Amino acid sequence: MSEVAFVSLEEYTSYFAERREEGYTFLADLTAVDYLEAGHPGLPAEVRPERFEVVVNIRRFDQPSLLRVRTQVPAESPWVPSLVDLYPGAEAMEREVYDLLGIGFEGHPDLTRILLPEDWEGHPLRKDYGLGRVPVQFKEVRRHR
Amino acid sequence: MTASVFTVARPQDEEPGALLSRDTSEGLQELVSRSATAAAELDRETGAALRIPESESEVETFTDDGRMIINMGPQHPSTHGVLRIMLEIEGETVLRSKPVIGYLHTGMEKTAENLTYLQGATNVTRMDYLSPLNNELVFALAVEALLGIEIPERATWIRMLLSELNRISSHVMWLATNGMDLGSSSMMIFGFREREMVISFFEKASGLRMNHNYIRPGGVAADLPDGWEDDVMAIADTIEARIKDYNELLTGQPIFHERVFGVGIIRPEEAIALSATGPILRSTGVPWDLRREMPYLFYDKVDFDVVVGTVGDTYDRYSVRIHEILQSIRIVRQVLERMPSGPYRALDPKVTPPPRARVDESMEALIHHFKLFTEGIRVPPGETYQAIESPRGELGCYMVSDGSAKPYRMHIRGPSFVNLQSLPVMLHGGLLADGVAIISSVDPVMGEVDR
Repeated sequence: MSEVAFVSLEEYTSYFAERREEGYTFLADLTAVDYLEAGHPGLPAEVRPERFEVVVNIRRFDQPSLLRVRTQVPAESPWVPSLVDLYPGAEAMEREVYDLLGIGFEGHPDLTRILLPEDWEGHPLRKDYGLGRVPVQFKEVRRHR
Repeated sequence: MTASVFTVARPQDEEPGALLSRDTSEGLQELVSRSATAAAELDRETGAALRIPESESEVETFTDDGRMIINMGPQHPSTHGVLRIMLEIEGETVLRSKPVIGYLHTGMEKTAENLTYLQGATNVTRMDYLSPLNNELVFALAVEALLGIEIPERATWIRMLLSELNRISSHVMWLATNGMDLGSSSMMIFGFREREMVISFFEKASGLRMNHNYIRPGGVAADLPDGWEDDVMAIADTIEARIKDYNELLTGQPIFHERVFGVGIIRPEEAIALSATGPILRSTGVPWDLRREMPYLFYDKVDFDVVVGTVGDTYDRYSVRIHEILQSIRIVRQVLERMPSGPYRALDPKVTPPPRARVDESMEALIHHFKLFTEGIRVPPGETYQAIESPRGELGCYMVSDGSAKPYRMHIRGPSFVNLQSLPVMLHGGLLADGVAIISSVDPVMGEVDR
């Protein structure tokens, strides 16, 4: 019922276009993982691991099934073609990945931060995002006592 | 067991002109060339999504052709929390719109990376605060898929019972807020009253009214309390009887019809393209319900109907939810009959803490107890995506484990978050005043949208 496919960045758009023709008309989920501190689970030997991995889950309705597509994205140029033309529902999901992991999507109509404020620095779901410090946003509180 | 499709009926007074002749006397209505379409009309057709920066709405009058950008929310009583919508309006008509979210963002996915698998359930349960047990369920299913353990039958039936009761309480709560948005305060009080029954039962079972942390990896936290059958029967009977009150109060009322008929229509192709799920997708007539199409737990062993609408307007979304309450009651009754006896959590000592009595007499039990609560469960490396049908649609959990006691990455596919994308399509071309009814019909829970 649930399969996993590994697709290179070059074939990314054409692969989804083919699957969509085949009947995978529904985009269930689009997310990404930062594999800075761990190995990629279940990666076949012929796929070269990169720092980021974009994970897309698509469904077909005629024969209920789920296909998970994993794509390696290099850290030096974290850009992936956008799926908005094929699956308009990808718009918010790609914005979320851009916001929290800093992976860009070429051809996205509105690639801006969605959850964090527009002037936020950094991408919190990256593994090298500094923890251990709470950014104070409201400093101007005067003490009354 | 089977699950068939049930199409909700629409009241007869839907089209007042249905008895009249449909022929018009406007002469030959031929297709004109594209160039004849006015610029304003083309502008409308370019899409429903407004794509301007969030800060630009400071300037209220946007263009000199009479259009305005106004903000609805984030502190508007009808926006179900802190949803802000930028609306481009021309007079009273909404042209394009953009939901602006993130006001409740607390970084739960990042938090999850720093909590063990046992603690993780307390984190995810706070996302969709109207159906916390479904959040726990999808998290537990993902962890169990990575662990590869079997869950005892009784635990699975308990999970199904609570998941369906939670669906009832969530839909009843939606009826309450929807009633409030449409000006029916009685419905609001009724909805809260019915929800209170279910919540009281959850309190009895788990000790908490919300954020239960009851469904955990490996089973459930405790067995159901004594006499739970009577409680559940009382809930099922009462709510089933009270649906009649709602039908009298809202479903058949002409004032309610005026507010919801033909308002916020979304077509099935649009809903599928925008990845909408749950009552929004089903109201358009697409019979897609994960409980039937890709069953989890024991949904393939019970009888229920997948409720679909026909038109995809606000009325259909209302009607689908009302009938889903009845279907949930139907499932709850079957669970009552078929609940087996047996353990309520897995007996694997690496996953389940030993019973308190064993800790006093067995060294191994003490060690297991200590290890589980200091280090947590070690989950073998792997990645999985598990999805369930929450009251709002497909609730998914993508989890990556690196072999340690904490998830390497946990991502939640929130149905409210994705469903909000179809809001501009529904609002497009409608009246500003209908916006309130449409936002309400999407049923966004901001805790889950922003996570």
